[in-house]
Amino acid sequence: MALQDVCGFLETLDDISPCTYLPNEMGYMRRTPFEFDRDSAFHFLPPPQQCSRKNRAPTLFSSTFSSLSPHQQPFQLSHGTTTLGFIFQDGVIAAADTRASCKGLICCPISQKIMPIHSHLVVNTSGSGADCMLWERILTREMRLYQLRHRKRLSVNGAAKLLSMMLHPFKGTNVCVAATLCGWDGEETQETLQSCMEIADVKKAVEQDSNVSAISDESAQGSVKMASINEQDEISKDTQALNPTSTFGGRSGPRVCYVCSDGLQLKGEIISVGSGSPYAYAVLDDGWRWGMTVDEAVALAREAVFRATHWDAYSGNNVDLFHITAHGWRRRDREDLKEEYYREREREKKKIKEREKERQKREGDELVEGEGDIYSVHCG
Amino acid sequence: MEYLIGIQGPDFVLVAADNVAASSIIQMKHDYDKMFKLSEKILLLCVGEAGDTVQFAEYIQKNVQLYKMRNGYELSPAAAANFTRKNLADYLRSRTPYHVNLLLAGYDEADGPGLYYMDYLSALAKAPFAAHGYGAFLTLSILDRYYRPGDSALSLIRLNKRFILNLPSFTVRLIDKDGIHDMEKLPRVSFPSLSSSDR
Repeated sequence: MALQDVCGFLETLDDISPCTYLPNEMGYMRRTPFEFDRDSAFHFLPPPQQCSRKNRAPTLFSSTFSSLSPHQQPFQLSHGTTTLGFIFQDGVIAAADTRASCKGLICCPISQKIMPIHSHLVVNTSGSGADCMLWERILTREMRLYQLRHRKRLSVNGAAKLLSMMLHPFKGTNVCVAATLCGWDGEETQETLQSCMEIADVKKAVEQDSNVSAISDESAQGSVKMASINEQDEISKDTQALNPTSTFGGRSGPRVCYVCSDGLQLKGEIISVGSGSPYAYAVLDDGWRWGMTVDEAVALAREAVFRATHWDAYSGNNVDLFHITAHGWRRRDREDLKEEYYREREREKKKIKEREKERQKREGDELVEGEGDIYSVHCG
Repeated sequence: MEYLIGIQGPDFVLVAADNVAASSIIQMKHDYDKMFKLSEKILLLCVGEAGDTVQFAEYIQKNVQLYKMRNGYELSPAAAANFTRKNLADYLRSRTPYHVNLLLAGYDEADGPGLYYMDYLSALAKAPFAAHGYGAFLTLSILDRYYRPGDSALSLIRLNKRFILNLPSFTVRLIDKDGIHDMEKLPRVSFPSLSSSDR
Protein backbone atom coordinates (compact mmCIF):
# COMPACT_ATOMS: atom_id res chain seq x y z
CA MET A 1 0.00 0.00 0.00
CA ALA A 2 0.99 3.61 -0.40
CA LEU A 3 2.39 4.19 3.04
CA GLN A 4 4.20 0.89 3.01
CA ASP A 5 5.90 1.81 -0.25
CA VAL A 6 7.00 5.14 1.07
CA CYS A 7 8.58 3.56 4.12
CA GLY A 8 9.83 0.44 2.39
CA PHE A 9 8.26 -1.46 5.25
CA LEU A 10 7.81 -4.87 3.72
CA GLU A 11 11.13 -4.85 1.89
CA THR A 12 12.97 -4.34 5.14
CA LEU A 13 11.29 -7.19 6.90
CA ASP A 14 11.22 -9.74 4.15
CA ASP A 15 14.88 -9.99 3.35
CA ILE A 16 16.33 -9.93 6.82
CA SER A 17 17.92 -12.81 8.51
CA PRO A 18 18.61 -12.74 12.23
CA CYS A 19 22.31 -12.01 12.02
CA THR A 20 22.17 -8.96 9.77
CA TYR A 21 19.99 -7.13 12.23
CA LEU A 22 22.32 -7.18 15.18
CA PRO A 23 23.52 -3.70 16.09
CA ASN A 24 26.55 -2.80 14.07
CA GLU A 25 28.64 0.31 14.63
CA MET A 26 29.42 0.95 10.97
CA GLY A 27 25.89 0.20 9.98
CA TYR A 28 24.59 2.94 12.21
CA MET A 29 26.90 5.53 10.76
CA ARG A 30 26.07 4.76 7.18
CA ARG A 31 22.36 5.17 7.65
CA THR A 32 20.49 8.37 7.10
CA PRO A 33 18.52 9.79 10.03
CA PHE A 34 15.25 8.86 8.35
CA GLU A 35 16.23 5.23 8.02
CA PHE A 36 17.57 5.24 11.52
CA ASP A 37 14.27 6.41 12.91
CA ARG A 38 12.32 3.94 10.92
CA ASP A 39 14.42 0.95 11.80
CA SER A 40 15.25 1.75 15.39
CA ALA A 41 12.36 -0.29 16.69
CA PHE A 42 13.71 -3.36 14.97
CA HIS A 43 17.28 -3.35 16.20
CA PHE A 44 16.98 -6.69 17.86
CA LEU A 45 16.15 -10.18 16.79
CA PRO A 46 12.74 -10.14 15.18
CA PRO A 47 10.27 -12.82 16.16
CA PRO A 48 10.73 -16.12 14.35
CA GLN A 49 7.45 -15.85 12.44
CA GLN A 50 8.56 -12.86 10.46
CA CYS A 51 11.80 -14.47 9.37
CA SER A 52 10.08 -17.45 7.92
CA ARG A 53 7.15 -15.60 6.42
CA LYS A 54 7.95 -16.73 2.90
CA ASN A 55 8.60 -20.35 3.73
CA ARG A 56 5.50 -21.16 5.59
CA ALA A 57 2.49 -22.82 4.00
CA PRO A 58 -0.51 -20.58 4.38
CA THR A 59 -2.97 -21.93 6.88
CA LEU A 60 -6.03 -20.02 7.81
CA PHE A 61 -7.29 -21.24 11.12
CA SER A 62 -4.15 -22.38 12.84
CA SER A 63 -2.55 -18.98 12.61
CA THR A 64 -5.77 -17.22 13.47
CA PHE A 65 -6.34 -19.24 16.58
CA SER A 66 -2.76 -19.24 17.71
CA SER A 67 -2.63 -15.49 17.64
CA LEU A 68 -6.05 -15.11 19.18
CA SER A 69 -5.80 -17.31 22.22
CA PRO A 70 -2.38 -17.82 23.73
CA HIS A 71 -4.02 -18.64 27.07
CA GLN A 72 -7.01 -20.85 27.57
CA GLN A 73 -8.01 -19.44 30.94
CA PRO A 74 -11.55 -18.30 31.64
CA PHE A 75 -10.22 -14.81 32.22
CA GLN A 76 -6.77 -13.45 31.98
CA LEU A 77 -5.78 -11.82 35.22
CA SER A 78 -2.49 -13.57 34.98
CA HIS A 79 -0.15 -10.75 35.95
CA GLY A 80 0.65 -11.51 39.57
CA THR A 81 1.01 -8.05 40.89
CA THR A 82 -0.75 -4.86 41.87
CA THR A 83 0.34 -1.66 40.22
CA LEU A 84 -1.59 1.52 39.94
CA GLY A 85 -1.24 5.02 38.64
CA PHE A 86 -3.56 7.99 38.79
CA ILE A 87 -3.48 11.68 38.04
CA PHE A 88 -4.78 14.50 40.15
CA GLN A 89 -4.37 18.23 40.34
CA ASP A 90 -0.87 18.03 41.75
CA GLY A 91 0.70 15.44 39.50
CA VAL A 92 0.75 11.69 39.15
CA ILE A 93 1.05 8.99 41.76
CA ALA A 94 2.51 5.65 40.75
CA ALA A 95 2.42 2.84 43.28
CA ALA A 96 3.15 -0.86 43.17
CA ASP A 97 3.78 -3.83 45.40
CA THR A 98 7.14 -5.62 45.33
CA ARG A 99 6.33 -9.29 45.10
CA ALA A 100 7.54 -11.28 42.11
CA SER A 101 5.83 -14.63 41.99
CA CYS A 102 6.07 -17.69 39.81
CA LYS A 103 3.03 -19.92 40.17
CA GLY A 104 3.04 -20.68 43.88
CA LEU A 105 6.51 -19.46 44.74
CA ILE A 106 7.56 -15.97 45.68
CA CYS A 107 10.66 -15.55 43.57
CA CYS A 108 11.59 -12.20 44.98
CA PRO A 109 9.88 -10.30 47.78
CA ILE A 110 11.71 -7.07 47.07
CA SER A 111 11.55 -6.58 43.35
CA GLN A 112 11.19 -3.11 41.90
CA LYS A 113 8.25 -2.70 39.61
CA ILE A 114 8.32 1.04 39.14
CA MET A 115 11.23 2.17 37.07
CA PRO A 116 12.06 5.70 36.08
CA ILE A 117 12.54 6.29 32.39
CA HIS A 118 13.59 9.89 32.58
CA SER A 119 13.16 12.77 34.93
CA HIS A 120 9.43 13.12 34.25
CA LEU A 121 8.33 9.61 33.42
CA VAL A 122 8.14 6.39 35.34
CA VAL A 123 6.76 3.11 34.20
CA ASN A 124 4.84 0.60 36.33
CA THR A 125 5.49 -2.80 34.94
CA SER A 126 3.60 -6.02 35.27
CA GLY A 127 3.55 -9.26 33.38
CA SER A 128 6.63 -11.32 32.82
CA GLY A 129 9.57 -9.91 34.78
CA ALA A 130 12.18 -10.53 32.11
CA ASP A 131 10.06 -9.01 29.38
CA CYS A 132 9.39 -5.95 31.47
CA MET A 133 13.06 -5.40 32.21
CA LEU A 134 13.99 -5.71 28.57
CA TRP A 135 11.23 -3.49 27.24
CA GLU A 136 11.81 -0.87 29.88
CA ARG A 137 15.42 -0.60 28.76
CA ILE A 138 14.44 -0.47 25.11
CA LEU A 139 11.93 2.25 25.82
CA THR A 140 14.47 4.23 27.83
CA ARG A 141 16.92 4.01 24.97
CA GLU A 142 14.39 5.14 22.39
CA MET A 143 13.19 8.02 24.53
CA ARG A 144 16.72 9.19 25.10
CA LEU A 145 17.45 9.01 21.40
CA TYR A 146 14.32 10.99 20.67
CA GLN A 147 15.35 13.59 23.20
CA LEU A 148 18.80 13.90 21.70
CA ARG A 149 17.53 14.19 18.15
CA HIS A 150 14.62 16.52 18.68
CA ARG A 151 15.81 18.41 21.72
CA LYS A 152 12.63 17.92 23.63
CA ARG A 153 11.14 15.09 25.59
CA LEU A 154 8.60 12.81 24.04
CA SER A 155 5.18 13.13 25.63
CA VAL A 156 3.67 10.33 27.69
CA ASN A 157 1.17 9.53 24.98
CA GLY A 158 3.94 9.52 22.42
CA ALA A 159 5.97 7.16 24.55
CA ALA A 160 2.94 4.91 24.89
CA LYS A 161 2.43 4.91 21.15
CA LEU A 162 6.10 4.13 20.61
CA LEU A 163 6.02 1.23 23.03
CA SER A 164 2.81 -0.06 21.51
CA MET A 165 4.27 0.02 18.01
CA MET A 166 7.43 -1.72 19.17
CA LEU A 167 5.43 -4.46 20.86
CA HIS A 168 3.10 -5.01 17.94
CA PRO A 169 5.31 -7.41 15.96
CA PHE A 170 5.41 -9.66 19.01
CA LYS A 171 1.69 -9.99 19.30
CA GLY A 172 0.70 -13.61 19.46
CA THR A 173 3.99 -14.70 20.97
CA ASN A 174 4.48 -15.14 24.68
CA VAL A 175 5.72 -11.64 25.32
CA CYS A 176 3.71 -10.41 28.26
CA VAL A 177 4.16 -6.79 29.18
CA ALA A 178 1.53 -4.59 30.74
CA ALA A 179 3.06 -1.22 31.45
CA THR A 180 1.54 1.93 32.87
CA LEU A 181 3.39 5.05 31.85
CA CYS A 182 2.99 7.79 34.44
CA GLY A 183 4.46 11.14 33.77
CA TRP A 184 4.25 14.85 33.37
CA ASP A 185 4.05 16.33 29.90
CA GLY A 186 5.27 19.66 28.85
CA GLU A 187 7.71 22.34 29.88
CA GLU A 188 8.93 22.27 33.43
CA THR A 189 9.59 25.40 35.39
CA GLN A 190 13.09 24.58 36.48
CA GLU A 191 15.61 22.04 35.36
CA THR A 192 15.09 18.79 37.09
CA LEU A 193 18.51 17.78 38.22
CA GLN A 194 17.49 17.96 41.83
CA SER A 195 14.07 16.47 41.44
CA CYS A 196 14.94 12.80 41.60
CA MET A 197 15.61 12.34 45.27
CA GLU A 198 14.78 9.92 48.03
CA ILE A 199 12.70 11.04 50.93
CA ALA A 200 14.68 9.53 53.77
CA ASP A 201 12.91 10.61 56.87
CA VAL A 202 9.33 9.85 55.95
CA LYS A 203 9.75 6.26 56.96
CA LYS A 204 11.06 7.25 60.35
CA ALA A 205 8.17 9.58 60.88
CA VAL A 206 5.69 6.86 60.01
CA GLU A 207 7.30 4.33 62.30
CA GLN A 208 7.35 6.64 65.27
CA ASP A 209 3.78 7.58 64.75
CA SER A 210 2.18 4.34 65.79
CA ASN A 211 -1.18 5.71 66.77
CA VAL A 212 -1.95 7.49 63.61
CA SER A 213 -1.52 5.59 60.40
CA ALA A 214 -1.60 6.99 56.95
CA ILE A 215 -4.18 4.48 55.96
CA SER A 216 -6.91 5.04 58.50
CA ASP A 217 -9.73 7.15 57.27
CA GLU A 218 -9.72 9.65 60.06
CA SER A 219 -6.09 10.55 59.79
CA ALA A 220 -5.50 10.28 56.10
CA GLN A 221 -3.67 13.53 55.98
CA GLY A 222 -1.80 13.22 59.20
CA SER A 223 1.35 11.24 59.03
CA VAL A 224 2.04 10.69 55.40
CA LYS A 225 4.03 13.67 54.37
CA MET A 226 6.36 13.80 51.46
CA ALA A 227 9.33 15.45 53.14
CA SER A 228 9.27 18.39 50.86
CA ILE A 229 12.72 19.76 51.05
CA ASN A 230 12.41 22.92 49.14
CA GLU A 231 9.85 22.23 46.50
CA GLN A 232 6.50 21.79 48.16
CA ASP A 233 5.69 25.47 48.13
CA GLU A 234 6.88 25.88 44.60
CA ILE A 235 4.82 22.96 43.49
CA SER A 236 1.65 24.27 45.02
CA LYS A 237 2.23 27.60 43.37
CA ASP A 238 2.97 26.17 39.99
CA THR A 239 0.29 23.58 39.50
CA GLN A 240 -3.16 24.95 39.04
CA ALA A 241 -6.25 22.97 39.93
CA LEU A 242 -7.07 22.12 36.39
CA ASN A 243 -10.26 20.58 35.23
CA PRO A 244 -9.30 17.02 34.34
CA THR A 245 -10.80 17.15 30.88
CA SER A 246 -8.80 20.18 29.91
CA THR A 247 -5.43 18.56 30.45
CA PHE A 248 -5.92 15.96 27.79
CA GLY A 249 -6.09 18.45 25.00
CA GLY A 250 -3.63 20.77 26.66
CA ARG A 251 0.08 20.74 26.22
CA SER A 252 1.27 20.10 29.70
CA GLY A 253 -0.02 18.29 32.70
CA PRO A 254 -0.11 14.91 34.37
CA ARG A 255 -0.70 11.86 32.21
CA VAL A 256 -1.16 8.20 32.78
CA CYS A 257 -1.28 5.72 29.95
CA TYR A 258 -1.58 1.94 29.83
CA VAL A 259 0.17 -0.16 27.20
CA CYS A 260 -0.25 -3.87 26.89
CA SER A 261 1.59 -6.39 24.77
CA ASP A 262 -1.63 -7.44 23.07
CA GLY A 263 -1.87 -3.93 21.78
CA LEU A 264 -4.36 -2.31 24.11
CA GLN A 265 -3.44 1.30 24.70
CA LEU A 266 -5.52 3.43 26.99
CA LYS A 267 -5.23 6.94 28.33
CA GLY A 268 -7.11 7.68 31.47
CA GLU A 269 -7.19 9.11 34.95
CA ILE A 270 -6.94 5.96 37.03
CA ILE A 271 -5.18 2.86 35.79
CA SER A 272 -4.54 -0.28 37.79
CA VAL A 273 -3.02 -3.46 36.42
CA GLY A 274 -2.52 -6.95 37.72
CA SER A 275 -4.22 -9.66 39.67
CA GLY A 276 -4.77 -7.27 42.57
CA SER A 277 -6.18 -4.53 40.37
CA PRO A 278 -9.90 -5.11 41.04
CA TYR A 279 -9.29 -4.57 44.75
CA ALA A 280 -7.20 -1.51 44.04
CA TYR A 281 -9.81 -0.13 41.64
CA ALA A 282 -12.48 -0.39 44.29
CA VAL A 283 -10.48 1.70 46.73
CA LEU A 284 -9.35 4.18 44.10
CA ASP A 285 -12.78 4.72 42.59
CA ASP A 286 -14.13 5.42 46.02
CA GLY A 287 -11.52 7.91 47.15
CA TRP A 288 -10.27 9.63 44.00
CA ARG A 289 -11.03 13.28 43.39
CA TRP A 290 -9.28 15.58 41.02
CA GLY A 291 -8.73 18.15 43.77
CA MET A 292 -6.94 15.86 46.22
CA THR A 293 -3.91 17.09 48.07
CA VAL A 294 -0.61 15.26 47.77
CA ASP A 295 -1.02 13.68 51.19
CA GLU A 296 -4.48 12.43 50.41
CA ALA A 297 -3.32 11.01 47.11
CA VAL A 298 -0.36 9.23 48.67
CA ALA A 299 -2.58 7.84 51.41
CA LEU A 300 -5.10 6.66 48.85
CA ALA A 301 -2.47 4.92 46.76
CA ARG A 302 -0.99 3.23 49.81
CA GLU A 303 -4.37 2.07 50.98
CA ALA A 304 -5.24 0.71 47.57
CA VAL A 305 -2.05 -1.32 47.36
CA PHE A 306 -2.42 -2.45 50.95
CA ARG A 307 -5.95 -3.76 50.43
CA ALA A 308 -4.97 -5.44 47.20
CA THR A 309 -2.01 -7.15 48.82
CA HIS A 310 -4.25 -8.32 51.63
CA TRP A 311 -6.74 -10.03 49.36
CA ASP A 312 -4.53 -11.08 46.49
CA ALA A 313 -2.07 -13.90 47.05
CA TYR A 314 0.22 -12.78 44.27
CA SER A 315 0.76 -9.27 45.59
CA GLY A 316 2.42 -8.33 48.81
CA ASN A 317 5.54 -7.52 50.77
CA ASN A 318 6.25 -3.83 50.32
CA VAL A 319 4.80 -0.84 48.57
CA ASP A 320 6.76 1.54 46.38
CA LEU A 321 5.40 4.96 45.67
CA PHE A 322 6.49 7.65 43.23
CA HIS A 323 5.06 11.12 42.86
CA ILE A 324 5.63 12.94 39.59
CA THR A 325 5.11 16.65 39.19
CA ALA A 326 6.27 19.32 36.84
CA HIS A 327 9.61 19.23 38.64
CA GLY A 328 10.20 15.55 38.10
CA TRP A 329 9.68 12.37 40.02
CA ARG A 330 10.23 11.86 43.72
CA ARG A 331 10.40 8.52 45.39
CA ARG A 332 9.01 7.66 48.74
CA ASP A 333 10.82 5.10 50.81
CA ARG A 334 9.74 1.55 50.38
CA GLU A 335 7.38 0.54 53.13
CA ASP A 336 6.73 -2.92 54.51
CA LEU A 337 3.02 -3.62 54.47
CA LYS A 338 3.30 -6.25 57.13
CA GLU A 339 3.78 -3.44 59.64
CA GLU A 340 0.71 -1.73 58.31
CA TYR A 341 -1.27 -4.92 58.66
CA TYR A 342 -0.30 -5.25 62.32
CA ARG A 343 -1.05 -1.59 62.96
CA GLU A 344 -4.47 -2.08 61.46
CA ARG A 345 -5.09 -5.09 63.67
CA GLU A 346 -4.15 -3.04 66.74
CA ARG A 347 -6.50 -0.31 65.66
CA GLU A 348 -9.31 -2.79 65.16
CA LYS A 349 -8.68 -4.28 68.60
CA LYS A 350 -8.81 -0.86 70.15
CA LYS A 351 -12.02 -0.06 68.35
CA ILE A 352 -13.61 -3.26 69.55
CA LYS A 353 -12.57 -2.52 73.13
CA GLU A 354 -14.01 0.95 72.93
CA ARG A 355 -17.23 -0.35 71.52
CA GLU A 356 -17.39 -2.89 74.36
CA LYS A 357 -16.85 -0.19 76.93
CA GLU A 358 -19.52 1.97 75.45
CA ARG A 359 -21.97 -0.87 75.29
CA GLN A 360 -21.36 -1.75 78.92
CA LYS A 361 -21.72 1.84 79.90
CA ARG A 362 -25.01 2.02 78.06
CA GLU A 363 -26.23 -1.15 79.71
CA GLY A 364 -25.16 0.17 83.06
CA ASP A 365 -27.11 3.37 82.49
CA GLU A 366 -30.17 1.52 81.36
CA LEU A 367 -30.15 -0.74 84.38
CA VAL A 368 -29.82 2.24 86.71
CA GLU A 369 -32.67 4.03 85.00
CA GLY A 370 -34.76 0.92 85.05
CA GLU A 371 -35.80 1.13 81.45
CA GLY A 372 -34.11 -1.92 80.11
CA ASP A 373 -35.27 -5.43 80.62
CA ILE A 374 -32.37 -7.32 82.05
CA TYR A 375 -33.45 -10.40 80.19
CA SER A 376 -33.50 -8.74 76.81
CA VAL A 377 -30.80 -9.78 74.41
CA HIS A 378 -28.20 -7.25 73.38
CA CYS A 379 -26.47 -7.75 70.12
CA GLY A 380 -22.80 -7.33 69.67
CA MET B 1 -19.61 -7.38 24.81
CA GLU B 2 -18.76 -4.62 22.38
CA TYR B 3 -21.46 -3.22 20.26
CA LEU B 4 -21.75 -1.28 17.04
CA ILE B 5 -24.82 -0.29 15.11
CA GLY B 6 -25.44 1.67 11.95
CA ILE B 7 -28.68 2.71 10.30
CA GLN B 8 -28.97 4.36 6.92
CA GLY B 9 -31.67 6.92 6.32
CA PRO B 10 -32.74 8.71 3.14
CA ASP B 11 -29.98 11.34 3.34
CA PHE B 12 -27.92 10.47 6.38
CA VAL B 13 -26.33 7.58 8.25
CA LEU B 14 -26.69 7.19 11.99
CA VAL B 15 -24.05 5.20 13.86
CA ALA B 16 -23.55 4.35 17.49
CA ALA B 17 -20.89 2.47 19.42
CA ASP B 18 -20.56 1.59 23.07
CA ASN B 19 -17.93 3.31 25.19
CA VAL B 20 -16.39 0.51 27.15
CA ALA B 21 -12.75 -0.51 26.93
CA ALA B 22 -12.43 -3.71 28.85
CA SER B 23 -9.51 -5.88 29.82
CA SER B 24 -10.82 -9.31 30.83
CA ILE B 25 -13.32 -8.62 33.60
CA ILE B 26 -12.35 -5.03 34.35
CA GLN B 27 -13.80 -2.03 32.56
CA MET B 28 -10.74 0.10 32.19
CA LYS B 29 -12.43 3.02 30.49
CA HIS B 30 -16.02 4.21 30.33
CA ASP B 31 -15.57 6.83 27.65
CA TYR B 32 -13.58 5.11 24.97
CA ASP B 33 -14.33 6.24 21.44
CA LYS B 34 -14.46 3.45 18.89
CA MET B 35 -15.08 5.64 15.88
CA PHE B 36 -12.24 6.71 13.64
CA LYS B 37 -12.71 9.64 11.32
CA LEU B 38 -11.36 8.71 7.91
CA SER B 39 -12.36 11.94 6.23
CA GLU B 40 -14.89 14.71 6.58
CA LYS B 41 -17.78 12.43 5.75
CA ILE B 42 -16.56 8.91 6.48
CA LEU B 43 -16.47 7.18 9.85
CA LEU B 44 -14.96 3.82 10.59
CA LEU B 45 -16.28 1.95 13.62
CA CYS B 46 -14.02 -0.80 14.80
CA VAL B 47 -14.34 -3.53 17.44
CA GLY B 48 -12.50 -6.76 17.98
CA GLU B 49 -9.27 -7.91 19.51
CA ALA B 50 -7.48 -5.50 21.79
CA GLY B 51 -4.55 -4.14 19.83
CA ASP B 52 -5.74 -5.03 16.38
CA THR B 53 -8.61 -2.56 16.38
CA VAL B 54 -6.57 0.57 16.91
CA GLN B 55 -3.67 -0.67 14.82
CA PHE B 56 -5.78 -1.56 11.79
CA ALA B 57 -8.14 1.38 12.03
CA GLU B 58 -5.31 3.88 12.32
CA TYR B 59 -3.55 2.24 9.40
CA ILE B 60 -6.64 2.66 7.22
CA GLN B 61 -7.18 6.17 8.52
CA LYS B 62 -3.66 7.31 7.68
CA ASN B 63 -3.77 5.75 4.26
CA VAL B 64 -7.06 7.40 3.37
CA GLN B 65 -5.60 10.71 4.47
CA LEU B 66 -2.47 10.05 2.43
CA TYR B 67 -4.62 9.47 -0.62
CA LYS B 68 -6.20 12.86 -0.14
CA MET B 69 -2.83 14.52 0.27
CA ARG B 70 -1.44 12.93 -2.86
CA ASN B 71 -4.42 13.34 -5.13
CA GLY B 72 -6.17 16.39 -3.79
CA TYR B 73 -9.57 14.76 -3.37
CA GLU B 74 -10.98 12.30 -0.90
CA LEU B 75 -11.83 8.68 -1.33
CA SER B 76 -15.54 7.97 -1.62
CA PRO B 77 -17.10 5.73 1.05
CA ALA B 78 -17.42 2.88 -1.41
CA ALA B 79 -13.76 3.14 -2.38
CA ALA B 80 -12.67 3.39 1.24
CA ALA B 81 -14.76 0.36 2.14
CA ASN B 82 -13.30 -1.69 -0.65
CA PHE B 83 -9.78 -0.58 0.24
CA THR B 84 -10.36 -1.63 3.85
CA ARG B 85 -11.73 -4.97 2.77
CA LYS B 86 -8.77 -5.58 0.51
CA ASN B 87 -6.36 -4.93 3.36
CA LEU B 88 -8.27 -7.22 5.69
CA ALA B 89 -8.24 -9.92 3.05
CA ASP B 90 -4.51 -9.53 2.41
CA TYR B 91 -3.68 -9.84 6.08
CA LEU B 92 -6.13 -12.66 6.63
CA ARG B 93 -3.88 -15.30 5.15
CA SER B 94 -0.70 -13.89 6.58
CA ARG B 95 0.95 -14.59 9.88
CA THR B 96 -0.77 -11.63 11.48
CA PRO B 97 -4.44 -11.52 10.61
CA TYR B 98 -6.42 -8.69 12.11
CA HIS B 99 -9.37 -9.87 14.12
CA VAL B 100 -11.61 -6.82 13.75
CA ASN B 101 -15.25 -6.24 12.90
CA LEU B 102 -16.02 -2.99 11.19
CA LEU B 103 -18.76 -0.69 10.11
CA LEU B 104 -17.92 2.00 7.62
CA ALA B 105 -20.43 4.81 7.29
CA GLY B 106 -20.16 7.68 4.85
CA TYR B 107 -21.91 10.21 2.75
CA ASP B 108 -21.06 10.59 -0.90
CA GLU B 109 -22.10 13.61 -2.95
CA ALA B 110 -23.01 11.44 -5.89
CA ASP B 111 -24.33 8.26 -4.31
CA GLY B 112 -25.77 9.57 -1.06
CA PRO B 113 -25.41 7.87 2.28
CA GLY B 114 -23.82 4.43 2.55
CA LEU B 115 -23.30 1.93 5.32
CA TYR B 116 -20.88 -0.95 4.81
CA TYR B 117 -20.64 -3.99 7.01
CA MET B 118 -17.29 -5.81 7.23
CA ASP B 119 -16.22 -8.65 9.42
CA TYR B 120 -12.90 -10.21 10.35
CA LEU B 121 -13.04 -12.66 7.44
CA SER B 122 -13.16 -9.62 5.16
CA ALA B 123 -16.72 -9.99 4.03
CA LEU B 124 -18.16 -6.74 2.73
CA ALA B 125 -21.80 -5.86 2.31
CA LYS B 126 -23.58 -2.61 1.78
CA ALA B 127 -26.62 -2.68 4.01
CA PRO B 128 -29.40 -0.36 5.12
CA PHE B 129 -28.74 -1.33 8.74
CA ALA B 130 -26.09 -3.40 10.44
CA ALA B 131 -24.78 -4.27 13.88
CA HIS B 132 -21.84 -6.07 15.48
CA GLY B 133 -21.53 -7.77 18.83
CA TYR B 134 -23.86 -9.78 21.01
CA GLY B 135 -26.30 -6.92 20.80
CA ALA B 136 -26.63 -7.56 17.10
CA PHE B 137 -28.57 -10.74 17.77
CA LEU B 138 -31.20 -8.75 19.54
CA THR B 139 -31.34 -5.64 17.45
CA LEU B 140 -31.25 -6.94 13.91
CA SER B 141 -34.60 -8.61 14.20
CA ILE B 142 -36.15 -5.44 15.59
CA LEU B 143 -34.62 -3.46 12.80
CA ASP B 144 -36.07 -5.90 10.31
CA ARG B 145 -39.50 -5.29 11.67
CA TYR B 146 -39.45 -1.56 12.09
CA TYR B 147 -37.01 -0.17 9.59
CA ARG B 148 -38.46 1.76 6.69
CA PRO B 149 -36.15 3.22 4.03
CA GLY B 150 -37.74 6.65 4.14
CA ASP B 151 -37.53 7.12 7.91
CA SER B 152 -36.62 10.51 9.18
CA ALA B 153 -33.67 11.09 11.46
CA LEU B 154 -35.83 11.68 14.48
CA SER B 155 -37.69 8.41 14.33
CA LEU B 156 -34.48 6.53 13.72
CA ILE B 157 -32.81 8.15 16.72
CA ARG B 158 -35.81 7.17 18.80
CA LEU B 159 -35.50 3.67 17.44
CA ASN B 160 -31.86 3.68 18.42
CA LYS B 161 -32.66 4.76 21.94
CA ARG B 162 -35.19 2.07 22.41
CA PHE B 163 -33.30 -1.11 22.01
CA ILE B 164 -29.76 -0.36 23.11
CA LEU B 165 -28.75 -2.92 25.68
CA ASN B 166 -27.49 -2.62 29.23
CA LEU B 167 -24.17 -1.15 28.35
CA PRO B 168 -23.32 2.00 30.27
CA SER B 169 -23.24 4.55 27.49
CA PHE B 170 -22.98 5.01 23.78
CA THR B 171 -21.46 7.53 21.45
CA VAL B 172 -23.84 8.41 18.64
CA ARG B 173 -22.88 10.25 15.46
CA LEU B 174 -24.77 11.23 12.37
CA ILE B 175 -23.26 11.72 8.91
CA ASP B 176 -25.07 13.74 6.30
CA LYS B 177 -24.15 16.09 3.50
CA ASP B 178 -22.80 18.58 6.02
CA GLY B 179 -20.34 16.19 7.59
CA ILE B 180 -20.16 14.34 10.87
CA HIS B 181 -22.27 15.51 13.80
CA ASP B 182 -22.02 14.33 17.36
CA MET B 183 -25.32 13.49 18.89
CA GLU B 184 -25.89 13.33 22.61
CA LYS B 185 -24.28 10.43 24.43
CA LEU B 186 -26.89 7.88 25.31
CA PRO B 187 -27.00 6.85 28.94
CA ARG B 188 -27.96 3.44 30.15
CA VAL B 189 -31.54 2.53 29.33
CA SER B 190 -33.35 -0.62 30.19
CA PHE B 191 -34.94 -2.80 27.60
CA PRO B 192 -38.45 -1.51 27.01
CA SER B 193 -40.85 -2.99 24.53
CA LEU B 194 -41.29 -1.39 21.19
CA SER B 195 -44.82 -0.47 20.24
CA SER B 196 -45.97 1.07 17.02
CA SER B 197 -47.30 4.15 18.78
CA ASP B 198 -43.81 5.07 19.90
CA ARG B 199 -42.53 5.49 16.36
